[in-house]
Amino acid sequence: MQKIMVCMKRVVDYNVRVRVKPDGSGVMLDGVKMSLNPFDEIALEEALRIKERVGNIEVLAVSIGVADTQQQLRTALAMGADRAVLVQSDAAVEPLIAAQTFLALVKKENPDLVLLGKQAIDDDANQTGQMLAAIWDRPQATYASKVEINGGKVQVTREVDAGLETIEVDLPAVITVDLRLNEPRYVKLPDIMKAKKKPLEVTSLDTLGVSAGQLIKTVKTDPPPQRQKGVMVKDVAELVDVLKKKGLI
Amino acid sequence: MHKILIIGEHDGKTLNPATAKCVTCAKAIADSEITIALLGADTAGVASQAAAVAGVKAVLRVDRAENAHPLAATFAPQIVALAADYSHLFGPSTSFGKDLMPRVAALLGVPQVSDLMAVESAYRFRRPIYAGNAIVTVEADASRKLVATVRVASFEAAGTGGSAAVDSKSLNVTLPSHTRYVGAKTGSTDRPDLQTASKVVSGGRALGSAENFKLLFSFADKIGAAVGASRAAVDAGYAPNEMQVGQTGKIISPEMYIAVGISGAIQHLTGIKDARTIVAINKDAEAPIFEVADVGLVGDLFQIVPELEKLV
Repeated sequence: MQKIMVCMKRVVDYNVRVRVKPDGSGVMLDGVKMSLNPFDEIALEEALRIKERVGNIEVLAVSIGVADTQQQLRTALAMGADRAVLVQSDAAVEPLIAAQTFLALVKKENPDLVLLGKQAIDDDANQTGQMLAAIWDRPQATYASKVEINGGKVQVTREVDAGLETIEVDLPAVITVDLRLNEPRYVKLPDIMKAKKKPLEVTSLDTLGVSAGQLIKTVKTDPPPQRQKGVMVKDVAELVDVLKKKGLI
Repeated sequence: MHKILIIGEHDGKTLNPATAKCVTCAKAIADSEITIALLGADTAGVASQAAAVAGVKAVLRVDRAENAHPLAATFAPQIVALAADYSHLFGPSTSFGKDLMPRVAALLGVPQVSDLMAVESAYRFRRPIYAGNAIVTVEADASRKLVATVRVASFEAAGTGGSAAVDSKSLNVTLPSHTRYVGAKTGSTDRPDLQTASKVVSGGRALGSAENFKLLFSFADKIGAAVGASRAAVDAGYAPNEMQVGQTGKIISPEMYIAVGISGAIQHLTGIKDARTIVAINKDAEAPIFEVADVGLVGDLFQIVPELEKLV
């Protein structure tokens, strides 16, 4: 194995409580902290661990997004990625177009393995990895909680509704990662300094020959329905009373 | 007329209730005709269950040895081969459907709408984003095939009593050999299934150990409930991953959800929003879980749960 490509998305930070704009035109993003999608960080961590085990692998971090996404890619470089590519796009890119963009990068870079998060925590779509695997005509192993490279093959343990499932795929392949695969490392100050010197290339959808566009229109954005405030009970007997009255026990 | 193909989920023996929920979602589209496709090694038994789901017009069986396990890379090209006659392709938002449907959509060259929670028209739907902190209304282009996953917690399962025609299809599709099933490790199934149970008792980090989760199992068995866990409890190793409830775990909609020692992170609340009644037991009166709970009790779970078990 020579090259691993990790696809990463800039999203509203995990700890921010997102609010809907009063006019329903979207969510409030002004001045909100932005970070790497946490699942994509796990994907990068896995790539770095594979590199540490196997050695002599180039780890390439790629993203699609606004110019400021360079900040998140610098974080990826500080974590240990060797090189980064930003496909700059001011408009949001839907999963199918993201997959087409990543495929264009795959054709250029020829990675043996593509790693990415199972979903981004903004649109929660859970599509891009599967779509990339489809149009690349290569295997997909989604929701990985364990990845074992064995020559030209990878054994992946997947988190599925019934428990854990193991599949084996031939390389090259796309793996989307789940929460429990690993815990990403913290970035240290010297690494941030070093990352400034690492190559970060900026390109565009046009240059890659991908046509942008809106395939699915967002008509409006609403806040979720609120639950009514409930009652507090003082002890177990009262709790049992309330549940009996509701016919629940 | 909208011809909707639902990709049925099953384990070779039983049709997963998520499929009947997709049928309810499809029925919400006016002037629709619903077909369920079943891929498997032998789908005879599952096909008769699918044929009995009320509102289903036809069931298509695609039996083939390679379909013994639901590998997306194997299933997707076969579904594409079936797709020509349909305007809509639906799958459940379960690990099965979430893995499979985007591969189908991309092979067809169309986008996917994930997690339909409400139908406004044949091409206009509502779905959650940002862990359910916002709901978007989206509109897809009617000139393209619509591929979607259905958020199963948002729909009741369609009833039985139907008598759809069952047909076997033999597809001339070359299947890839680059993806192979190795094995599975699944939890015991004595208790009700977490995703479909009417009552769920769920534990958080405050349980403190896998051993202490037995307290919840014992209480759950007494009231016939399934047992779930927060991400914190799963990460700490107190409970296996298939028990996780929340944004990245299972999204459930039981009649009653009892959260024990769960503080109520946004990501967890996403998974339980559709529960009819939420009961919270936590020693911290300020825990966010109390903001969404219908009934709350502040106190020590290690005293409360055994007492509760005695009194119900």
